[in-house]
Amino acid sequence: MADLATTFAGIRSPNPFWLASAPPTDKAYNVERAFQAGWGGVVWKTLGEDPPVVNVSGPRYGAIHASDRRVIGFNNIELITDRPLQVNLDEIRAVKARWPDRAVVVSLMVPCEEPCWAGILRLVEETGADGVELNFGCPHGMSERGMGAAVGQVPEYVEMVVRWCKTHTRLPVIAKLTPNVTDIRKPAEAALRGGADAVSLINTINSIMGVDLDAMAPSPHTDGLGTHGGYCGAAVRPIALHMTAEIARSPETAGLPISAIGGIESWRDAAEFIALGAGTVQVCTAAMVYGFRIVEEMISGLSGFLDDRRYGSVAAMVGLATPKVTDWNRLNLDYAVKARINQDLCISCGRCHIACEDTSHQAITSAVDGVRRFEVIESECVGCNLCALVCPIADCITMEPLAVGVIDARTGRPVGSGNTWKDRA
Amino acid sequence: MATPDIASRRLAAGALAAGFADLRPPLAPNEARIAAERCLFCFDAPCVTACPTSIDIPLFVRQIATANVEGAARTILDSNILGGMCARVCPTETLCEQACVRAAEERPIEIGRLQRHATDRLMESGIQPYRQGPSTGRSVAVVGAGPAGLACAHALAVAGHAVTIYEARPKLGGLNEYGIAAYKTVDGFAQREVAFVLGVGGINVVHGRRLGAGLTIDELAATHDAVFLAVGLDTVNRLGIEDALDGVVDGVSLIADIRQASDLAAIPIGRRVVVIGGGMTAIDVASQARRLGAEEVTIAYRRAAAQMGASPYEQRLAQTDGVLIRTGVVPRRVIAEGGRVVALEVERPATGERLTLPCDQLFRAIGQAIVADEVAPLAIVSGRIVVDEERRTSRPGVWAGGDCVAGGDDLTVTAVEDGKRAAASIDRALREASGG
Ligand SMILES: Cc1cc2nc3c(=O)[nH]c(=O)nc-3n(C[C@H](O)[C@H](O)[C@H](O)COP(=O)(O)O)c2cc1C
Repeated sequence: MADLATTFAGIRSPNPFWLASAPPTDKAYNVERAFQAGWGGVVWKTLGEDPPVVNVSGPRYGAIHASDRRVIGFNNIELITDRPLQVNLDEIRAVKARWPDRAVVVSLMVPCEEPCWAGILRLVEETGADGVELNFGCPHGMSERGMGAAVGQVPEYVEMVVRWCKTHTRLPVIAKLTPNVTDIRKPAEAALRGGADAVSLINTINSIMGVDLDAMAPSPHTDGLGTHGGYCGAAVRPIALHMTAEIARSPETAGLPISAIGGIESWRDAAEFIALGAGTVQVCTAAMVYGFRIVEEMISGLSGFLDDRRYGSVAAMVGLATPKVTDWNRLNLDYAVKARINQDLCISCGRCHIACEDTSHQAITSAVDGVRRFEVIESECVGCNLCALVCPIADCITMEPLAVGVIDARTGRPVGSGNTWKDRA
Repeated sequence: MATPDIASRRLAAGALAAGFADLRPPLAPNEARIAAERCLFCFDAPCVTACPTSIDIPLFVRQIATANVEGAARTILDSNILGGMCARVCPTETLCEQACVRAAEERPIEIGRLQRHATDRLMESGIQPYRQGPSTGRSVAVVGAGPAGLACAHALAVAGHAVTIYEARPKLGGLNEYGIAAYKTVDGFAQREVAFVLGVGGINVVHGRRLGAGLTIDELAATHDAVFLAVGLDTVNRLGIEDALDGVVDGVSLIADIRQASDLAAIPIGRRVVVIGGGMTAIDVASQARRLGAEEVTIAYRRAAAQMGASPYEQRLAQTDGVLIRTGVVPRRVIAEGGRVVALEVERPATGERLTLPCDQLFRAIGQAIVADEVAPLAIVSGRIVVDEERRTSRPGVWAGGDCVAGGDDLTVTAVEDGKRAAASIDRALREASGG
């Protein structure tokens, strides 16, 4: 079994699986259970100044369900911790003392004034915690008070707060970024300029989960009124992957450690983020849906994968896929694939046909010689992948690359290598 | 001399109630949603092709999945007004569910149970989605209120024709009321469905009139603009061997007695029962005999299991009930003592071997026929009325459908389709005749 031990921005943990700052890390009771289950680290639920904030007592959470009521998207209008600061600090100290090998990072959010940050950092240092994460991300409730995403959306503020923190603490500083921006590289660059040891992302995305058509109000709602919440869970993973890759491959921020967050549910999800440049991963929604035991699958899956590929360590695979992320205009336009339907696996549902027929390129038959049968018409197929995606049977439809030199039946052009849009122009 | 052992109250009340409870209980809402979400919404879906009434199954299943259950029921009922009963009695495993593309892969979508879910919900809501059409001034006689008659009457009422149903038996519903095993349609569903169908309005019911017993095709043709015959099958085919003995009973009458019983325990049943036949009637008699407490029940069928009219699912059901199905045995002789049946002697034609099957009751379930004089002078073939694609008989102005016509497969769902097609044809004919 591969050793999953990780050192991230100077913070050591027995594995790269951390719990993100959120309800699973709200208090000692939860964190103890998480460590017993095997989590490598936690980012404690965000601390603020006293008096603690007050949460709504109505529904805080909403969800998007896939079939069988699997939660694929989740949102919340929860605030930072609603417990007194001293209670949290005492618990952090006690937990860290009992679990010295685990990473205990403390998330912080205080008003945008240097003394506020200096004060709380001193208190956190005294707990023996391993690092701090600056919450520049919460998109609701706190941002209205000039904190969270209100800071994270202005690179100059990000830089300024990070700099204050680096001045006032010896602990590693992780800047947690909000995805509610146009270009994630800008706040990441700002954090780096401010001296951040790492960034973590993504926090949650502005969202309304649904509308209650009886109440004619957003759902969930609080006494008849609703507000946007923060979106997370599996559905946001593609957004988080993209933002991770952007920071990892940008020359300005390349090499900045990234703790990736957003929709991670399994070892494979984690491995994908690591391949795009993440050093650790953080999980919130999957733990809230399935409980802490999912980490067992993550640990066994990732170490099995590392063994399989003989990578030897997590660090060895960080960023292996980053160089393969490029811009559209570098794609080879003389490369071609054709859909192929495995007739032995095909159950003849016809979804590929109707998807292609109604919305794409009319490249799949519905009958051959009068008999129901779905076959690809190569001279029409643009290789778009839609049929393979709508097919209910795994691997029944595959996209097969044409060899270099072969004539593409659709374009009449030979398949070549390296012809981008500029070459073709 | 052996006294035949035929008795009521063979089982304790609890066991009896359990045996006659809903065979396939309804899906709970959550089960229905999960079942519906498995549907792939196929292109040109094979299940629709397999449905004799062409219900748009992918659409109604999707409507259930999107919590539009009443819309789902409308989709079903627009194609099959008796969709509720068909959901209970259709051999879905040889129709829609066999055609389901997911049948090959693992297990098919539970179309029958989903259909029941939707139609039950609509009927429970009390909503009546259909209304009688604007009057055409035309009138149609429908003889027989079974599935074919009800489906035809309903479609004609929606089209605006005045409909009179003539029914010989005390209750409407035909075989839905008198001819289906009790545990397939519990809690008076058949009558609730009849009330729902009649709820469209414009359907007048005349009770106690039977074709051949005072009511003639000529009279109906003279008093209505069109006639639809859905009289079912009247007489039970004879064995041709000692039929008149005590203890030799028509299977259909046991089925009807069970359905009409106010107290199931009061129904007498033999300790040892033999049923001759291989169709649904044979299965329903045999299984229900076991559930009434008969100790040994044997079905004697002359051909192979694959040729039985009852589907493999039905055969398995009977076998699970403890019924022994003997195939390839031909009844040769009813053995009697003192005028009462005590055994059936059968032969295996292949070997000439003879077997004696002792029994206290012997049920005939080898098919039924129409009483030919009642429907004279219509063209008849092997005891059934000849009709064309549109369900027109040989006599202009007279249509027929359901079990009484030739070429069908004696299913509720095909009877409904007959009624639907005949109604469309009648409507067309009446509108053409009035130049409209
Ligand atoms: C209920 C809830 C509360 C959260 N509270 C915080 C918080 O206090 N501080 C913070 O930095 N992020 C908070 N988050 C964001 C998560 O830490 C995480 O960034 C986000 O949920 C994406 O990860 P996921 O897809 O695994 O849930 C919260 C998320 C949820 C669902």
